[in-house]
Amino acid sequence: MSVEVAIPEGYVKIFSKPRALSDAKYTYCPGCHHGIITRLVAEAIDELGILERTVGIAPVGCAVFLDRFFNCDFVQAAHGRACAVATGIKRARPDLVVFTYQGDGDLAAIGTAETIHAANRGENITVIFVNNGIYGMTGGEMAPTTLPGQRTTTTPLGREPRLHGFPLKISEMLAQLDGPAYITRQAVFDYKHIVRAKQAILKAFRNQLEGKGFSLVEILSTCPTNWRMSPADAGRWVAEEVVKTYPLGDLKDVG
Amino acid sequence: MEKAVIFAGFGGQGILLAGKILARAGMNRGLEVTWLPSYGPEMRGGTANCTVVVADSPIGSPVVDNPEALVAMNAPSLDKFEARVAEDGIVVVNSSLIKRPLKRQDVRSILVPVNDIAMELGNPRVINMVALGALVRALGVVSLEDVQAAMEEELRGKGRDKLIALNREALRRGFSEAEKYVTGDA
Amino acid sequence: MSRVLMRGNEAIAEAAIRSGLKCYFCYPITPQGELVEYMAKELPKRGGVFLQAESEVAAINMVYGAAAAGVRTMTSSSSPGISLKQEGISYIAMARLPCVIVNMMRGGPGLGNIAPAQGDYFQATKGGGHGDYHLIVLAPSTVPEAAELVRLAFELSDKYRVPAMILADGMIGQMMEPVELPEPVDPKDIPERPWAVTGAKGRPRNVISSFDLEPEGLREMNLVLQDTYREIERSEVRWEEVETEDAEILLVAYGTMGRIAKTVVRLAREEGLKTGLLRPITLWPFPYEPIRKLAERVKTVLTVELSAGQMWEDVRLAVEGRAETPFYGELGGVVPSPKRILEEVRKYVG
Repeated sequence: MSVEVAIPEGYVKIFSKPRALSDAKYTYCPGCHHGIITRLVAEAIDELGILERTVGIAPVGCAVFLDRFFNCDFVQAAHGRACAVATGIKRARPDLVVFTYQGDGDLAAIGTAETIHAANRGENITVIFVNNGIYGMTGGEMAPTTLPGQRTTTTPLGREPRLHGFPLKISEMLAQLDGPAYITRQAVFDYKHIVRAKQAILKAFRNQLEGKGFSLVEILSTCPTNWRMSPADAGRWVAEEVVKTYPLGDLKDVG
Repeated sequence: MEKAVIFAGFGGQGILLAGKILARAGMNRGLEVTWLPSYGPEMRGGTANCTVVVADSPIGSPVVDNPEALVAMNAPSLDKFEARVAEDGIVVVNSSLIKRPLKRQDVRSILVPVNDIAMELGNPRVINMVALGALVRALGVVSLEDVQAAMEEELRGKGRDKLIALNREALRRGFSEAEKYVTGDA
Repeated sequence: MSRVLMRGNEAIAEAAIRSGLKCYFCYPITPQGELVEYMAKELPKRGGVFLQAESEVAAINMVYGAAAAGVRTMTSSSSPGISLKQEGISYIAMARLPCVIVNMMRGGPGLGNIAPAQGDYFQATKGGGHGDYHLIVLAPSTVPEAAELVRLAFELSDKYRVPAMILADGMIGQMMEPVELPEPVDPKDIPERPWAVTGAKGRPRNVISSFDLEPEGLREMNLVLQDTYREIERSEVRWEEVETEDAEILLVAYGTMGRIAKTVVRLAREEGLKTGLLRPITLWPFPYEPIRKLAERVKTVLTVELSAGQMWEDVRLAVEGRAETPFYGELGGVVPSPKRILEEVRKYVG
């Protein structure tokens, strides 16, 4: 429950929970970047004033409880199908603002087809793609995005590309298509990058409001629990290692 | 009254359309009809057939063991369906392409040089209407005017209006070609 | 009202559009190609959304989205494609979303062939995907009935918030018959959907979900489904009887086999064999009670299907030993002639 605190005389409130967020407690692990990313989405919804016409699509994965964290209408999708569900909603009611929020197992493995084809059709939706290179909720299995050599519960000796494939660079793939309006990769491991990621998310929503079409913001995230690192080390790992495979920046922007 | 007709021939001979026009003519007369095509890969250039049932009461099975009539547009079709025609049934034979006599003695054969008549009319594509005209005369369930009207409905407004007069004539030619085989009124 | 000559596939499409269909999602498969093509041509002209999806999986999830957004929505396919949709159908069932799914059954299992078959009865009537759920399953035996049942499918699906399936086969899809199309529905007659995700403005937010990690919570969701199913079983069983009054042998057949069986009844009666037919129109809910009542009177209940005996199991559950319950079925897309079935009838009467 939220606690209302009276603002003392002479003080100004400069930071508060976004209106778009509910009072529900996050179910994310301590130190996981999901918490930051979820909040950035909520801030963007607040700033654009679209809460009352936004529909979120919750994935299967660590963000499976996403609908609880928000104050807008929500649909819980089957694993990987969020972009298809979003397509159905947006086509039925184009006046709604529709976003999906998906992890890398959901979006880049089982949902690859739905993602690529929604992008290729230029569906006017916003996709938040949280890439932490692992299946967090099911116990730290290899994801298509897992780095070479990275140990997971299904690659106990480290990911061997000749056996397990290479890291799947979904954003680079999508950027090749004619359909999408905006494909970008961001991170939230420090304040500077959080600000940039926020701008990217805002832009992805603004694109939808302006009818520009499919926008996807990939955000490199951490999984301290399954990476078996402290939150601080996990953040450093993203900043120093993960970005070598997944460089940050815009991959496509039709402006 | 319930009569079933199998139309059979090569893909591209207009078999399915001929059947559909018969069905439409029956429907316009207030009769019950079913039109059941063979479908699938064999449609692409192979053989085609459809079964049309026309009846004055609700139709049960659209699949018919022993049709009252067969329209055989080529030899393989005659080979395939001749044995199934009902006793005292009708077989319209495209004698332009089928040179063998019928094996059955208990059916009425109506020999119509369908391709030759169509060539005389100046368009080989109207073979289906020549055959349908002959069938209509022999079957006697709908009139020549009925099928001509149904044909017009079928072709009108689909970029084929200019073919209507030719098809009317083709139906008429087939109809009168069958005249000599038929005793009694249609 | 005038009759038009239409293929089953086209009549179903037209009836759906006249029933207020707003969004249709599909993936091409034979033998329901004409349905897809008709929708592509007609639905956008009449204010609806046609979208060819990248897969059956995507198509059913688009239906899930559109249904969640509160519009009348539909997908259609044939057996292998329906198998692919099962995941999505299970989610739709638990999320209590109304929609219509058309299955033009073909020969199976596997790739099978495109000929008429009834091998998807178990899949359609017993759930089909994971979990405890049912679809309302309507089985037309003629083209005009298919058009009629499409309208009913939308109405029942809306009324109970249970997805409805039209279970037909390639023959009904491909054949033409005269059809009296239903009048276009008045949008005012489509039930309100206060639960839909339309933007949480001036109301508490709506969440469409098939998910509750707490067993007690999930049990409650399941109980709502089960209560709904009991209500449907009490109120929505539909069937047709033909010449059952004095029958000594009762045929039970649905869909294409149902109409073929009507011819069998006529032929058998011509031979003096007292034969009747019960044709289930709803396969779920199944007409257990009417069959049970007739089984009290007849000697034989002969089930005829284009399968190895799927509906037969429900018939035997209905008869419960009150009569002998032989079975005749054809497989692989072979459609038996009325005479072939008549031979079966002769084994038990006369």
